[in-house]
Amino acid sequence: MTKAAPRRKPARKVAARKAPEQDAYADFMARAYAMELEAVERYAQFAEQMETFNNREVADLFRKLSHVESLHAKRILEEMNWPSLPALPPAFAWESDEAPETAPFDDMHYLMKPFHALEIALECEKRAVRYFESISKARVPERVLAAAREMAEEEREHVRLIEAWMERVPKPAADWDRDPDPPAITE
Amino acid sequence: MNAPDTVALVPKDFKSDYKPVWCPGCGDYSVLSSITKALAALQLRPENVAVVSGIGCSSRIPAYTNCYGFHGVHGRSLAAATGLKAARPDLTVLVASGDGDGYSIGGNHFLHACRRNVDLTYIVMDNHVYGMTKGQPSPTTEPAWPSKLSPEGTGLREFHPLVIALAAGANFIARAFSGDPNGTAALLTEAIRYPGFSFVEILSPCVTFRPEQRAWKEAVRPTPVEPTDDPARAARRLITDDGFNIGVLYRGTRTPFGATARRGNAAPESLDAAFRFQEAS
Amino acid sequence: MASIQATRATATGAPTSVSVALAGSGGAGVMTAGNMLLEAAAQAGYYGLMTRTSGPQIRGGEAAAMLRISTVANDGQDDRFQVLAAVDWQNVGRFAAEIPLDASSLILGDPDQGAPPEVFLKTGAQRFEVPFKRLAKQVSGGWPNMVALGVLAGLCGLPEDALERAVSRANRKGGEALAASLAAMRLGLEQARALGVAFTLAPPQPGPGRWLITGNEAAGAGALRGGVRFVAAYPITPATELLEWLAPAIGKVGGTLVQAEDELASINMILGASYGGVPSLTATSGPGLALMMESLGLGVAAEIPIVVVDVMRTGPSTGIATKSEQSDLNIALHGMHGDAPHVVVAPNSLADCLAATQWAVGIAESLQVPAIVLTDQYLGQARGVVDEPARAPDLPARHRAETGQPDYRRYALTEDGVSAMAIPGMAGITYTADGLEHGESGRPSSQASDHAAQMDKRARKLAGFDPGAYWASVEGEGDTAIVTFGSCTGPAREALARAQAGGLNARLVSLRLLSPAQPERLAQALEGVSRVLVLEQNHSGQLLRHLRAEYDLPGEVRSLRRAGPLPFHPGEIHDTLLQWSRA
Repeated sequence: MTKAAPRRKPARKVAARKAPEQDAYADFMARAYAMELEAVERYAQFAEQMETFNNREVADLFRKLSHVESLHAKRILEEMNWPSLPALPPAFAWESDEAPETAPFDDMHYLMKPFHALEIALECEKRAVRYFESISKARVPERVLAAAREMAEEEREHVRLIEAWMERVPKPAADWDRDPDPPAITE
Repeated sequence: MNAPDTVALVPKDFKSDYKPVWCPGCGDYSVLSSITKALAALQLRPENVAVVSGIGCSSRIPAYTNCYGFHGVHGRSLAAATGLKAARPDLTVLVASGDGDGYSIGGNHFLHACRRNVDLTYIVMDNHVYGMTKGQPSPTTEPAWPSKLSPEGTGLREFHPLVIALAAGANFIARAFSGDPNGTAALLTEAIRYPGFSFVEILSPCVTFRPEQRAWKEAVRPTPVEPTDDPARAARRLITDDGFNIGVLYRGTRTPFGATARRGNAAPESLDAAFRFQEAS
Repeated sequence: MASIQATRATATGAPTSVSVALAGSGGAGVMTAGNMLLEAAAQAGYYGLMTRTSGPQIRGGEAAAMLRISTVANDGQDDRFQVLAAVDWQNVGRFAAEIPLDASSLILGDPDQGAPPEVFLKTGAQRFEVPFKRLAKQVSGGWPNMVALGVLAGLCGLPEDALERAVSRANRKGGEALAASLAAMRLGLEQARALGVAFTLAPPQPGPGRWLITGNEAAGAGALRGGVRFVAAYPITPATELLEWLAPAIGKVGGTLVQAEDELASINMILGASYGGVPSLTATSGPGLALMMESLGLGVAAEIPIVVVDVMRTGPSTGIATKSEQSDLNIALHGMHGDAPHVVVAPNSLADCLAATQWAVGIAESLQVPAIVLTDQYLGQARGVVDEPARAPDLPARHRAETGQPDYRRYALTEDGVSAMAIPGMAGITYTADGLEHGESGRPSSQASDHAAQMDKRARKLAGFDPGAYWASVEGEGDTAIVTFGSCTGPAREALARAQAGGLNARLVSLRLLSPAQPERLAQALEGVSRVLVLEQNHSGQLLRHLRAEYDLPGEVRSLRRAGPLPFHPGEIHDTLLQWSRA
């Protein structure tokens, strides 16, 4: 799963005073960056969970997903040429429960299979598509519109990639979550 | 949006590198995430925040944060937090607990922490079960829920933490759902800001012992009414509440504990005069 | 016991110590009068000690103030009371065991209030009739207790001006009430002269800087002096006065006191406050200490310094809540689950409650460990005229980490076991204090190696602690020794003085540091001793068992012990020594 080639675009420094359009654009990109960052972190957390629960195969898969999202985040940073991290919008300032590309914690299971992990990722990418589509349908400056369309297309590409990936991994057996041992007492 | 030079804290800055041992799928992962989001939103420094807990799954939270943590004994987190905040009013003190730790063994402290109205944020992750000891009924467990310890169910009516909190004097009462981490983060942010004792009950499913709680996602809804500062109205709402209304339910107006305290700076030796009867005569 | 005179006479024949008791029903004001008598003794330059007893009624019950006034400092009661005066006799008979009389004693009763109880009369004490009530009526607004005050002061030979000062200080508003009190008191003085008997004390030996204080107040003052700035507690007899003294006092020195909902809360509140960097203390009695045990263990495991003052009372269970016993030694030493090294300190006099509590705070802070201070109802609630209390030896302050310290490990395995403590607010060194076993960083660990290392660390802190000379009061010479602690020390000291006066030399070792044990120091203190008398006020011999477990005691060992609440008197200890010396 790779992302599209980096978009060339403004290598300009952000001036102290900016046109409203430029403000809106920077704001949009900061949100996109925050969204990627959350996805990077969440997949990393999932990888850690799976490591803690000795599910190496799925842990590796989540690590990959985290890495992919980090490349995307890095590209936004490079593109914007921010001297330092922008002041991101509050972490929970999204209309949905979390940032669109952030997978929820409650889909996890210690015995989950790679297929389940990809199902989670697929949902995330679909939400990301919907998010960028919603922006490209909104009344926003041209520059933001263009960027949103571009990103929506990227996310659609990801959806296709993950769907293809899911074809390559085995479908989980019906009793994939069966555990003959009872839970342990820990404290 | 500018690109400022100041380094703002992000949620990750409040996470430690210590990996949780909760079951994957557990609501507590979300709560941890919400706490770090709230702390980042408030731009508090990790060293100025203390997270205090007792025993249980939820009480593992302190060490998973990068704040100062206190993982004490079962049921006494509110007491430890009260002492800490009373002695160190400059700190932001969060208390993490669960329905067993907070409502059963720690029930008495819950009542008196509400009464005392110390400026704390009390976060109870409620999953209606004891998880760490393998699935016994807690005070919020449904009466008919069967378990090894009570095969026929407890037959006891559930404890209603929000009603109790209101009756005992809590100054801020909210219910959150772990499946909505951003909503929870917003509620926690407000709770931390709010003066006095803020109580946030978070429905946090136990995927191991109560897998049916995955359905809570469908049951929860935003509370249909605005928060009130009238205890009588709040009482009517809470007592008829089905347990799935999410949001701020009560904002009180009580003065926090110790807010009017005056502290002197005399030397202890200056108090000796009262014992020296000759000089005193 | 002919050799033991309750009132040892000086060369001139005047007694150096007189013991008097004043009893009566609720509303009679016997405690008020007793306090004035103690104050008058203090004003006159005498030492004094007042204890009290009362019936089970919250208010209105029978009560007695028991005083000992003397030319030298005494930390305990005498064997007998020279005078028992009663404004009335209702139910006063219940105090017979606490107010021992003999044929040389006087009983003063108001004839209008009936005859004294037989239990007092059968001692052979001389009986006198003083119509307290009728005399008081001669003065407008006069009270019988003030007449009794005058009579008792007159019998002891206290000067009138000292009495006037004491009465005036108690009636600060002055006016008619003061005038009436003074007049009634003077009537009492006249009555005393008319009785034709007296126990006129030897002249006082006034000294500078004496204090009038209770043991509970002294412990409170010691806590503040030790640096305590946070107190949380739940009311319990007989510790409540300690808290009531602290409540206004701690605010003046910049601290906070919180009344907790129970002892489970109070112990955890002080753990929280001390974790926040503020030296913290609670005070309680046996039932409260029992509730605190689990959390004291948290203090040990998480290495949070805290101090618990246990003002011991008669147990088990609710026992006799208002009376003394030294029976919490076992739980103080061994009450915690797991191996939990901690400190137990026992003040050995009323005044020593100050230094010992201050010292306990110092040890707790410097070793980052919980410390229990064992006082008892007797020391705690007795009010005494004492020489200015000594100060505890200085100890290093709590070892704090430095902000931003690289590679900070809260529970680092240091040579002396003490590791730097980060305090909330210090950046870059946050950690979680944990009751779970942990590694050096504080992270929970179930590894055997971490458990062993941290157990060693916690034990090392105490093993390496040097208490200096303050570990015990070691006094006297001789091949017999009394080993004791706490409130038994006063009577033991007096018994040894009597023995010495009779040519029998013996030593006293009063252990102040009960844990960690100091076997080398005790061995040194007992060098050449062939008889050890272990003295304690509990039924099972808890100190004896502790000594047997931790120490090698030389020669023959005997136990002198009994359960509370009656305090040991010097005579019975002296008697035991004499009999043993003749054996």
